[in-house]
Amino acid sequence: MNAPILKLFGLVLVLFGALAGMTSYNSVINAEEYRDNALNKRPLIEQAQVRRGVIRARDGSLLARSVKGEDGLYRRRYPDGAQRFSHVLGYDYGLTIGRAGLERSRNDALAGEKDEITSIVSDLSGERKIGDNVVTNLDPEAQQIALQALGGRRGSVVAIEPATGKVRVMASTPGFDPNALRDARVFNRLNREKSSPLFNRATQAGYAPGSTMKVVTAAAALDSGKYTPQSTVLGKSPIIVSGVPLKNFSNAQFGAIALTTALTNSVNTVWAQVAEDLGNARMQDYMERFGFGVDPPLDYPDGQMLPSGVFDVKKDAPISAASRRVDIGRVGIGQERLRVTPLQMAMVVATVANGGMRMKPQIASRIVDRDGRTVQRIRPEVQQRVMSARSAGQLTQMMADVVREGTGTAAALDGIEVAGKTGTAELNIARRINQPWFVGLAPRSQPRIAIAVTLENVIGGQGGVVAAPIAKQVMQELLR
Amino acid sequence: MNARNRELLALIPATLLVTAGFAAVFIQRENLLNDLSLTYGAIFLALCVAAHLVLRMTLPDADPYLFPLVAVLACFGLVMLYRLDEELAREQAQWFVVGLIFFTGTIVALRRDHRVLERYRYVIALGGILLLLLPRLGNPVNGAYLSFELGPISFQPAELAKIAIVIFLASYLRDTRQVLVIGARRFAGITFPPLKHLGPLLAVWGTAMLLLFVIQDLGSSLMFFGGFLALVYVATNRISFVLIGLALFALGARVLYAIRPTIESRVDAWLHPFEPELYEREIGGSYQIAQSIFSQADGGFFGQGFGQAIIQLGDSAPILPAAHTDFIYAVITDELGLMGAVAVLLVYLLIIERGFKTAMLATDSFSKLLATGLTAVLALQVFVIVGGVTKLIPLTGVTLPFISYGGSSIVANFILLALLLLVSDRARREVAP
Repeated sequence: MNAPILKLFGLVLVLFGALAGMTSYNSVINAEEYRDNALNKRPLIEQAQVRRGVIRARDGSLLARSVKGEDGLYRRRYPDGAQRFSHVLGYDYGLTIGRAGLERSRNDALAGEKDEITSIVSDLSGERKIGDNVVTNLDPEAQQIALQALGGRRGSVVAIEPATGKVRVMASTPGFDPNALRDARVFNRLNREKSSPLFNRATQAGYAPGSTMKVVTAAAALDSGKYTPQSTVLGKSPIIVSGVPLKNFSNAQFGAIALTTALTNSVNTVWAQVAEDLGNARMQDYMERFGFGVDPPLDYPDGQMLPSGVFDVKKDAPISAASRRVDIGRVGIGQERLRVTPLQMAMVVATVANGGMRMKPQIASRIVDRDGRTVQRIRPEVQQRVMSARSAGQLTQMMADVVREGTGTAAALDGIEVAGKTGTAELNIARRINQPWFVGLAPRSQPRIAIAVTLENVIGGQGGVVAAPIAKQVMQELLR
Repeated sequence: MNARNRELLALIPATLLVTAGFAAVFIQRENLLNDLSLTYGAIFLALCVAAHLVLRMTLPDADPYLFPLVAVLACFGLVMLYRLDEELAREQAQWFVVGLIFFTGTIVALRRDHRVLERYRYVIALGGILLLLLPRLGNPVNGAYLSFELGPISFQPAELAKIAIVIFLASYLRDTRQVLVIGARRFAGITFPPLKHLGPLLAVWGTAMLLLFVIQDLGSSLMFFGGFLALVYVATNRISFVLIGLALFALGARVLYAIRPTIESRVDAWLHPFEPELYEREIGGSYQIAQSIFSQADGGFFGQGFGQAIIQLGDSAPILPAAHTDFIYAVITDELGLMGAVAVLLVYLLIIERGFKTAMLATDSFSKLLATGLTAVLALQVFVIVGGVTKLIPLTGVTLPFISYGGSSIVANFILLALLLLVSDRARREVAP
């Protein structure tokens, strides 16, 4: 009987080999795929077992921290003062609704995810994983003033330091209480709400820019060498643009006026002619230089940013202004199918303020470990020279005239020269529904702040009347 | 060196392992080394030495490696259970004491000649079947009748019944193996056993099928029937008998699959564990097997380390259910990785190798068949549960011998070990001059 016993043992060996093979498949060979399976909550639980770093404002005040629950998992808490930054910070509820905002874009640092080699070394040394802290450029006082000035109306304020790209204010109303999102039902309810409180209007809302777009057109005109601030263009109204008559505001008539006068008085017909003269390709080129057409290079999740540009509703996508089917005259004055985000317009003025050099906008300023050592300092990063310093200087001067004697006087500050441009996109002329704008920079000689302000659906509201005063208050605080 | 001294030496690493294991769990849990780990090691050593002394006095020539190998598994299981729940580990330790009492009892009772069991083969067979039917009196767990309540103790009779059935079959086949082979006819290229002796075999098949339908548990039925086929094969050396048996079993299983929703849902869960509809299903869904695979995937090559697997958060429902019984192999893979899991499989293989070796050394047919059968059901039990946990075969709940939590499993497997050692002692004494 020994021969069959031996064969039986052979069979057992084969069966056990299959067990070992299957175990290898589960634990090593196909492990990556199983770990990525949507049903597998273990990677999320592992992250929740790590003490996540805190987020701080520029002045050191706490914006987000983690508290350990009885189950050993950390949960995110947002102190009262942090709620004004709800959109920028986002939230971190990995096990239920996921992550958004800075919590998402800076997750690696906050969760202590190190590169492969570092993590192997710390695994071997038995070091516990711990998240780093993120210090931001955000200014709580100015943010609060921006929210108060928006006064519950739907809108957004973005303020950037021109020389560094540091984002000092990013306000979007209405906001939400990030602590309440711990309950997934609250999240689902807010997600359906008509006023879209979870939506960051600063980066996700595409608005008609109105006359603030003339800053882009003026930059292209001056930098092309074809125009100077003193170049004259006939400002009669109406004129035919792309086969359709275009009027000035109140059908105002102007003679041959200098570009600087045309900006001060926001003369549509002049800037439409300039844009047509520059042509689709050049306008598209300058829009691209300012960062249109792609997601802004902000340290913020791609899914929560919208590229600015001419938007094709049918294709549900931005299209190039170089296309002949785009009415470039109207693009030049902020009409046509333009959709821009407040962040994009803040980037435009910040670039002008920085002598034509576009900087990368940045929310975070440094990553600090638990012992207070700076792990990473996020340095200012040049994106592109958009125009010559000379053109930028000329444009700044022209914009200063807008605030001194034109449509933007409501943004003027005592003792500090402000430059800017108003905008009023008429969304529904019959019902007088407007999208008022103000973009600006200050002080003119050595700009320390660039700002974009806009509000949604204001009945009869003009940019110079509604948006400019908000910009004034926020700039005043930031320049204090 | 004589067998018992070798055994004593081999017990030292087993005890060191339990001490080191407890130390690792303590360090992980409290970040300090508690002398309790040494206490546990000492208690375990004392138990092992006691059992060793019993063997030294009663079965001096028995295989020296079987007991230390089982001790390694048992102490490993104890550490795993301690890591899951201290209370469970304490109860399991008590069950070890009970198991060792039964172990000693079996050896003492049968030390003169274990072949007396042959005399009681029908009583034993009947007892085994009755044991299996007992849970029908209670309520099914996950659709199968596996255990019944005896006061505070939940008892799984399948564990003991497997031994009873092996004893019966070994004895029955010793008598009939010759006629089965001699009377065989070839028909259509397949050798069929003679009809008049086919009857009892069909009766065994019928019993297995009956069990399958009555207890509705594919796992234990597979174990019994696999053990039966292994014995038929070894007794007759006819592979065709095995194939006929397998075909008959498959037929029965197929019928059961068609009429019993429990089995069907298990197979569905096995084939599509990550299908959301099956995953979300409260009863008979694929949540368990999916989580088992996720925790193995967490383990990787070297594992997360003792105490690091994610099994339960706070007081909420466990993420990996039945971690201390059915899914303990998944926890082992999670915490000790592929290396640890394969090491456990290797220990089982070594035990199985010693078991078959014992069968080969044995001089009489009954002892040969008994050792083969006991070893085969042990191997099958490991295959059924590890195969189920790793998604090699549909999941059915049997324990991982000597490691899973469970009193009846520990007691039954210690009796199984005692029988193997009894066969081994006689065989080795007769072989060695």
